[in-house]
Amino acid sequence: MAITTRQFDAVVVGAGGSGLRAALQLAEANLRVAVLSKVFPTRSHTVAAQGGVSASLGNEEPDNWHWHMYDTVKGSDYLGDQDAIEFMCRKANEAVIELEHFGMPFDRLDNGKIYQRPFGGHTSNYGERAVKRACAAADRTGHAMLHTLYQRNVRAKTQFFVEWMALDLVRNQAGDVLGVVAMEMETGEVAILHAKATLLATGGAGRIYSASTNAFINTGDGLGMAARAGIPLEDMEFWQFHPTGVAGAGVLITEGVRGEGGFLLNKNGERFMERYAPTVKDLASRDVVARAMATEIKEGRGAGKDADHILLKLDHLGADVIDKRLPGIREIAKKFANVDPAKDPIPVVPTCHYQMGGIPTNMHGQVLAGHSGNAIVKGLYAAGECACVSVHGANRLGTNSLLDLLVFGKASGEQVVKDLRADAIAHQDLPKDAADRALARLARLDSAKSGESVHEVGAELRRTMQLHCGVFRFPDSLAEGVRKINEVAERAGRLYFKDKSKVFNTARVEALELENLVEVAVSTMVSAHARQESRGAHDRSDFPNRDDANWMKHTFWYKEGNRLEYRPVNLKPLTVESFEPKARVY
Amino acid sequence: MGDLDRIRWQCRRGMLELDLVLNRFVEAELEGLSPEQLGVFRAFLAENDTLLLAWVMGQEEPPAQYTGLVRQLQQR
Ligand SMILES: Cc1cc2nc3c(=O)[nH]c(=O)nc-3n(C[C@H](O)[C@H](O)[C@H](O)COP(=O)(O)OP(=O)(O)OC[C@H]3O[C@@H](n4cnc5c(N)ncnc54)[C@H](O)[C@@H]3O)c2cc1C
Repeated sequence: MAITTRQFDAVVVGAGGSGLRAALQLAEANLRVAVLSKVFPTRSHTVAAQGGVSASLGNEEPDNWHWHMYDTVKGSDYLGDQDAIEFMCRKANEAVIELEHFGMPFDRLDNGKIYQRPFGGHTSNYGERAVKRACAAADRTGHAMLHTLYQRNVRAKTQFFVEWMALDLVRNQAGDVLGVVAMEMETGEVAILHAKATLLATGGAGRIYSASTNAFINTGDGLGMAARAGIPLEDMEFWQFHPTGVAGAGVLITEGVRGEGGFLLNKNGERFMERYAPTVKDLASRDVVARAMATEIKEGRGAGKDADHILLKLDHLGADVIDKRLPGIREIAKKFANVDPAKDPIPVVPTCHYQMGGIPTNMHGQVLAGHSGNAIVKGLYAAGECACVSVHGANRLGTNSLLDLLVFGKASGEQVVKDLRADAIAHQDLPKDAADRALARLARLDSAKSGESVHEVGAELRRTMQLHCGVFRFPDSLAEGVRKINEVAERAGRLYFKDKSKVFNTARVEALELENLVEVAVSTMVSAHARQESRGAHDRSDFPNRDDANWMKHTFWYKEGNRLEYRPVNLKPLTVESFEPKARVY
Repeated sequence: MGDLDRIRWQCRRGMLELDLVLNRFVEAELEGLSPEQLGVFRAFLAENDTLLLAWVMGQEEPPAQYTGLVRQLQQR
């Protein structure tokens, strides 16, 4: 089948903060850049980020990148690569100031400098006390960042392909990546975007959990594309959870509710946090609260007809206090939980928020070909939440994600510019089978006359992940989870939908997205089952402690054979002394 | 149909809250909207996510042309 081919110097898949930052670097170097996005660029998930972006500017009080680096290494529970972490923390000030010069409307101090506020895990003098390091634009930091970068790209003549969905990578015999196969949603037409460099910036895949704070578009498409092309996925067992998302909806309920005196109940009406944390109770740290909630549910004391959630009670505060101190909470609860918290408790569960693992890269955004050595996949780069550099290790520090987008978006863009100049390369010839994998996927879906419902298989996938690989992990349950998720994967091979129309066929898009979610879910479950320790966000009931002797290493999952390999953590920073592993206590 | 399908896709947003509200509305009401109402909805979807959220959650007053639509969305 003849399909349209378009040529560019570089193709960037994803128009969130990372994709836009990378594209800007390319366009300003006068390369011909195409940026693809499933949705209008400024509707990328980065728009949801509120808290801010970290940089040790020291505008409010003394701070420096060494302290930021220490916090990040410790936050990562010593799974982060210290060379990449040093790189990111050293570049942070430059990245934020550059964004300021691009026109980002940061909040300011009276002296005109960027205002900074404290955030969990940010400290001065190596953990001594809290420091103000987060830079924000009101509660719309992600929104402001996206708009600033988008405007700048328009000016630099970046070409946008909006409402285009990348389906698969084009890889030749030698293993080089030569672009992507993509579908224009408006027509359903498929095209090859032929490029000398391809950069994946497709964001996270939080939709593998039934309780997720992520928008619907966060389906891990870049990870699915990489996995199908034979590229491993790194550290997929590490997902950050927030203790209180609305059960069934995912929408976050701020920790402020417990700060103001709200507390958690199990189905017996028991205030169970008194058992798990007798002194601080409901104000214990996020992971302690989330683990206690998961244990209550696991042991059959969850509320509701399926005994699958916990109740967050705040009616005792009274409507006046709720309205005054927790503005917006009643609206959120009414809208998404169907309860008025001034009368009834809000059903909540630990909710997936952020993916630490992803497509393995070095600190220049080049994608690693495998777990051993430093060989790269020629022509392929990745940045942002879909990539694993790894700076977040087993647990991300708040506000370090937006920083990651800026620093590694730019670094990968710079690397592409360098690679294309050095080689002064022409486009390599496309292999005859360039589009075959994607076309076969589409052909199967379009010709299926019966099969599994996308909705049901998707729901089963999310339920399985939530139940068997949630915030607190139990051995028998993980083993069962591996069996079940492989079964889901198998069912996903027989997806079927009735409407075969071409124009904006959401059913087709959802089927393609589900195939990506399957790769993410299987890699997560298999990686989690194998890791016999607790570290950062991976918390196992049977191995409650971190085991540096055996497990201070990155997991690499390969789709072929559902196989795992490991790679040592890089404990050697670029210029400073290594931070040796210590117990992570706050 | 094409036009409604485009609208359905454009209800995919960068924030979960909006995905939920818009998709509930679309499932229940899209097919019954008049041509004028569709026009308003289309224009609404072209606005920024942060504005949509502030309007739907009642934190900001929407412009006059959207008050009816926002009220409908709030009931969902
Ligand atoms: C509620 C919430 C609040 C947060 N707050 C903060 C915060 O305060 N500070 C912080 O540092 N981090 C925060 N985070 C995390 C942070 O927002 C994300 O990690 C980050 O925005 C991800 O950016 P990205 O560029 O990697 O991807 P995204 O912004 O998710 O963009 C992905 C892009 O890829 C495109 N895409 C995906 N698949 C395809 C495909 N197949 N074809 C074409 N295009 C595709 C999408 O259309 C989109 O343009 C928060 C996260 C959430 C959920």
